[in-house]
This record gives sequence, structure tokens and C-alpha cells, in this order.
Amino acid sequence: MNFNATLIGQMITFGLLVIFTMKFVWPPIMEAMQERQKRIADGLASAERGMREQEIAKTKSAQLLKEAKQQAAEIVAQAHKRANEIVEQSKLEARTEGDRQLVAAKAEIEQEVNRAREQLRSQVVSLAVTGASMIIQREIDEAANAALLDDLVAQL
Amino acid sequence: MSESGHSATEYIIHHLTNLRFDLTQMRFLSGSEVGGFWVLNVDTLLVSALLGALFLWVFRIAARSATSDTPGHWQNFCEMMVEFVDSQVKDSFHGRNPVIAPLALTIFVWVFLWNFMDLIPVDLFPEIAAALGVPYMRVVPSADLSAPFGLALSVLVLIYYYSFKVKGFKGFSMEVLTKPFGKWLMPFNLMLRIVEDLAKPISLALRLFGNLYAGELIFVLIALLPWWLHFTLGWPWAVFHLLIITLQAFIFMVLTIIYLSMAHEDH
Repeated sequence: MNFNATLIGQMITFGLLVIFTMKFVWPPIMEAMQERQKRIADGLASAERGMREQEIAKTKSAQLLKEAKQQAAEIVAQAHKRANEIVEQSKLEARTEGDRQLVAAKAEIEQEVNRAREQLRSQVVSLAVTGASMIIQREIDEAANAALLDDLVAQL
Repeated sequence: MSESGHSATEYIIHHLTNLRFDLTQMRFLSGSEVGGFWVLNVDTLLVSALLGALFLWVFRIAARSATSDTPGHWQNFCEMMVEFVDSQVKDSFHGRNPVIAPLALTIFVWVFLWNFMDLIPVDLFPEIAAALGVPYMRVVPSADLSAPFGLALSVLVLIYYYSFKVKGFKGFSMEVLTKPFGKWLMPFNLMLRIVEDLAKPISLALRLFGNLYAGELIFVLIALLPWWLHFTLGWPWAVFHLLIITLQAFIFMVLTIIYLSMAHEDH
């Protein structure tokens, strides 16, 4: 139970163990650990970044959606307006066309009436002339009569 | 378990005797012979070398296949140990020295393995050895005074090596002669320093040795009791001892780190 040369042997063994650990055990394990640490840190950082980007994208998309909705509403409103306009315009056009046609028809009718009246008048004249000639039954001064008849016609 | 024909004293002494090889006579010593300094405790050397090899083997496997991907069980265990030791070193050692951390790891694991041999049933290895014709076999290196002292002396050598390396001969001499009481109390400073530096390895070695020697002795004493007491006493003591062996390995490591960090710093 006294201490002896064993301690020298132990010191040598210890020295060898330490050298081996220092050269072949510690560095690879440490390296792997540090590399993993770095990777984890990178991963966390990129996750953070991703989250931030997602946040931004979310707000952006929300904004876009809002704008789109607004635009759509605008377009619909415009379309409504345009449709109303078109309806109004067609109504107006129809009315104008109707009026125009009415006027044309009236004019035609008037023309017809006038023509009929002219015809009637001339027929009345010839009838009157025929009547007169039949009544008089004799030769008359046609020139003097014509002036007389024109007078009569104007009075009709 | 005491064998028939052996008295309890003989049993205990047998368990506390190393397999000794006398280098001056080149022969194994028998139990009662007293050897001088040039005696090798073959069992201690062999067991501690095997435990050291076990340590290197386990950690080398992990180190060789170490990846930064998901670690396997083995690598995970080794990384845990490495990280534990590394954080201890970072806590108390502020210089940059690539030796300290691997050194601390070696000390921690190696001493733990030494101590762990104490938990193996006390009769197992002596009986196996006896069956193989080897008269003595003590398998707890830390309960053999030479082993902890060898380790403590190595630490002392490192303390002096780094003291000289970091501070230079002049700086170190100045420190020894003028700290802590100034240059007018030079002899007193020197004496104090000698005591301090003697106390370092002695306290390191004796703390470990004392704990483990006592532990071993108690296991031997429990083994002498009737069989039905073995478990009732042996089990609690083993559990308690599990705490002690870890703690002692840890203390040895931490004190080594602290001593070496003191060797690096001007204080």
C-alpha cells in the first residue's frame, strides 16, 4: 500500500491517452458539433427570414386582394353605368326614330291628302267643265271660261 | 465471500494487495514481502491501460464517424461528454490552449472508469485471476495510491510546464518570490508557494484515493457479512458509491482545469 514505480507507468499511459485524445478524438467531435451548431443557427436564421417573408407576402397579398376587389367593384359599377347609359341612349334613339317616322308618316299623309285634294280638285274642275259644257251645250269661249274656272278652282 | 480456511483479516488483506512485480529482482513479490520503490503494480497498470484503451476506442469510433447531421446514439453520448467537459473548461479557463480540454476529458472519463471498477463485485476478478493462477488482482486503479499520484504528478508537471511557457522563467520566478506579500517577504512567499504546490498534487491524489479506498474496503467488508445482508447493504452502498465515483472524477477534472488556468494567469 505504499506508492511505487507504478506511478511512472501511469504517467506514461496518461500522457499517451492525452496525446491520442488531443489528436484523434477531440477535434473531429468538436468539429462536427460546431458544424452542426452552425447549421442549426443557419437553419433558424433562414426560418426566421422565411417567416418574415411570409408575413410580408401575406400583407402584400391581402393588399392585392383588396385592390382587386376594389377594381372589380369599380368595373361592375362602370358596367352598370354603361348599361344604363346604353339603355337610355337606345330609348332616346327609339323615341327619336319614332318621332322621325311619325313626322315622315304625317308628311306623307299630308302629301297624300294634298295630292288627293289636287286630284279631286282637278277632277272637280273637269267635272264642272264637263257639267258646264253639258249644261251649256254650246260652244263657248274656252279662254274666257278657263279664266273663270281658275277663279273657281282658287275658291275651292 | 470469505473462503473456508481464511480468516477475515486474511481475506481483507488479500483484497488490498496488488499483484507486484519487483523491477530490481525481476520477479513477482508474494503477499507479505515489502517492495521498495521500483515495484510495478501490474494489475493497476494493466487495468488502467485497458480502461484507457476502452475510452479511446469508444470515443474514436464516435470521432471517426462524426457527422454534423443527426448524430447516432454513440456519437450523441460522446458529444454530450465532450460538450460537458468543454463547458467546464470554458467556465474556468479563459486562455487559449488546445491541450486543456482534451486533457480534462481524458481525466474525467479515465478516472470515472477507474472508479467504476469499484462497482464490480469485489470477488469477481480475484476469483478469475486465481483460476488463471494469478495470486493477486486488484482492479480499482484509483484505490491504489500510485495511480492517483501518477495522475496528480502529471498534472503538476503540466502546471510547471505551462507556468514557464506562459510567464517565462523570469515572470514565474517573480511570481513565486513576490506573491502574495510583496518583495520584502521573499522567503516567506517562497515557502508559501512550496507548500501550495505540494498541496496541489497531494490533495488531488489523496482525495480520489481516500474515497475509493474507503469504498472498496466497505464493499470488501460487506462481502464478509452473511449472504442475506449482501444485497440489503451492498445495493444502497453501490447506489451511493455511483454518486461518489462520478463526483470524484468530476472534482479531479475541475481542479486540474483550475490549477492549469492558474498556471496561465498572472494573479
